[in-house]
Amino acid sequence: MNDHFQEILDTLKKNKLRTTLTGLSVSWGIFILIVLLGAGNGLKNGVMQNFSSRAVNMINMWSGTTSMPHNGLKSGRQLLFTENEVDAINDQVDESRLITARYNTTQTISYETEYGSYGLRGVMPNYLDIEKLVIPPEKGRFINELDMKEKNKVIVLDQKIAEVLFKDEQPLGKYVKVGQVMFKVVGLNTKKEQYGGSNAYIPFSTAQAIYNPQRKFWQITFTVDGLTTEAENERFNESLRAMMGQRMNFNPEDEQALYIYNAQSEYVETIKIFGGITFFVTIIGILTLIAGIVGVSNIMLVSVKERTREIGIRKAIGATPISILKIIILESIFITTIFGYIGMLLGIGLTELINFFMVQSANGKPVTDEPQMSVFTNPTVDIGYAIFATVILIIAGVIAGYLPARKAVRVQPIEAMRQE
Amino acid sequence: MIQIRQLHKSYHTEALSLHVLKGIDLNIEAGEYVSIMGASGSGKSTLLNILGILDTYDAGDYHLNGSLIRNLSEKQAAKYRNEMIGFVFQSFNLINFKNALENVALPLYYKKVSRKKRNIIAMEHLDRMGLKEWAHHLPNELSGGQKQRVAIARAMISNPKVILADEPTGALDSKTTEEVMEVLTNLNSEGITTIIVTHERSVADATRRIIHLKDGMIEYETRKENGIHETIPSLKFSSL
Repeated sequence: MNDHFQEILDTLKKNKLRTTLTGLSVSWGIFILIVLLGAGNGLKNGVMQNFSSRAVNMINMWSGTTSMPHNGLKSGRQLLFTENEVDAINDQVDESRLITARYNTTQTISYETEYGSYGLRGVMPNYLDIEKLVIPPEKGRFINELDMKEKNKVIVLDQKIAEVLFKDEQPLGKYVKVGQVMFKVVGLNTKKEQYGGSNAYIPFSTAQAIYNPQRKFWQITFTVDGLTTEAENERFNESLRAMMGQRMNFNPEDEQALYIYNAQSEYVETIKIFGGITFFVTIIGILTLIAGIVGVSNIMLVSVKERTREIGIRKAIGATPISILKIIILESIFITTIFGYIGMLLGIGLTELINFFMVQSANGKPVTDEPQMSVFTNPTVDIGYAIFATVILIIAGVIAGYLPARKAVRVQPIEAMRQE
Repeated sequence: MIQIRQLHKSYHTEALSLHVLKGIDLNIEAGEYVSIMGASGSGKSTLLNILGILDTYDAGDYHLNGSLIRNLSEKQAAKYRNEMIGFVFQSFNLINFKNALENVALPLYYKKVSRKKRNIIAMEHLDRMGLKEWAHHLPNELSGGQKQRVAIARAMISNPKVILADEPTGALDSKTTEEVMEVLTNLNSEGITTIIVTHERSVADATRRIIHLKDGMIEYETRKENGIHETIPSLKFSSL
């Protein structure tokens, strides 16, 4: 085997042009394919990341001011939610899963001599999963049902607030003053806030009792399940509007009475665009691969044709057809494997390099609370695809070498030697 | 060594069918030095190719060293060619990207001799041909006579029983023709059956038996007695 290998290596070395041309077409094909798939993946990852920072099936609902008279009531009425609406969504909307009412206010939060003005959000325990807040085990816990029931004065702070107020101190278990009331810090949220400033979170029931004696509020957020198409989302939005219109006494046509933001429909839209992009990248990938296959096949075909005389000579001095076939096929495998591997390394190298610089430049930025939106993230390729493409080219090379070689070794040696 | 009885060979093309060999009977003993002469188209190269198992025949039988050569598998044919026969061609048929040494060593590759060993043996054969200094040159860096000597060394390396040379001097000038014939004559004197196809009288005269072919049949043959070729009536003549 070692001797065969040496023979193949010798032949390849002495036919440098042929070897290089075959090799280049293989390397180039794989390289382009990987860079292309990498770019497609980068785009996909980038957009997906922007989505994954919140639940994608989230619906946000804000009450507004009516702009149409309804049931004998004047326009210009200020609408507000009560806890009844929360219960109604929970009980009557089949698709709803996690619900939280939200009461937002701004309060001065202080600890010893440090203080700052921050958004204070009265929320329910589901809020954690809806907004995908991150509270690692060592950073405490989020608000729970018991807090809700007991109207506990507990507070969860964004990491940023904790750093400002507590400096190097451990905030968990300490008390901060919110307005005039003391709250016990039970958790820290380490998720980087995407929009706006830092927030603190307290149980909704507590917020209602202390800051909102009217017990009315602007915003309800909930997740839905089972809505996959744009049409379904559209229909859901309408029925939600109709239901709320009946409960809160406004015309369902009145767009300003109730604002609905359905993240899902936006998500569905994007997924659709992605389908298009993925399809496009796949088509180009397949075409690139076909171009590579044609290139390799062509070169193998010509090279075997060119070697008909050599094959005749080898047969005349005692080569069996199998030994000749074996050598040609091994040569083909050898070239496509080595150069395919090189192309794969270069392609992966380039995508990783781009990724590296992207990560670097992101890290180099001054730390801000501004959202870090990027449409291009981790433009790398699953190694499986790269290997798959290389294997396809190797198989193509084998077939492209085998077919003409089989024909060539069948020719009587004397015929073959007459070829020039 | 070689027994041929009623050998027939035709070539068929779409337009016409060509009966090249029309019943050849031939016996060649081990160690003989034979040349086959004839005009072009007489079938002499075809006969040699059949002897060398480079081509097949249609009817009759051919025994090489006692074995019937008929309907051989490619593998068997390759084995016979490798072990029994050494070829020398008019156009040398060296592999142009391999140097002289590698060309000479190639038959041993197919005999599964190790690289190191076959290079040593190949070098010995090149040395015998006076080409030791040229061992690492490519064929296109060698003269015609040198190329043919490399080809002869390659034919000799697997210790064949028979050397088959098809117009070995056809591409050479008269001086190198002499050199090459001297080499072939020396090989024959070592006991290797040598068969040369040629149309040059001087080349044929160097051999001890000349078979004259005409239109696919043996016309007559001569044997060398006291350094001179004398006509032996062939079957055809005796039957007249």
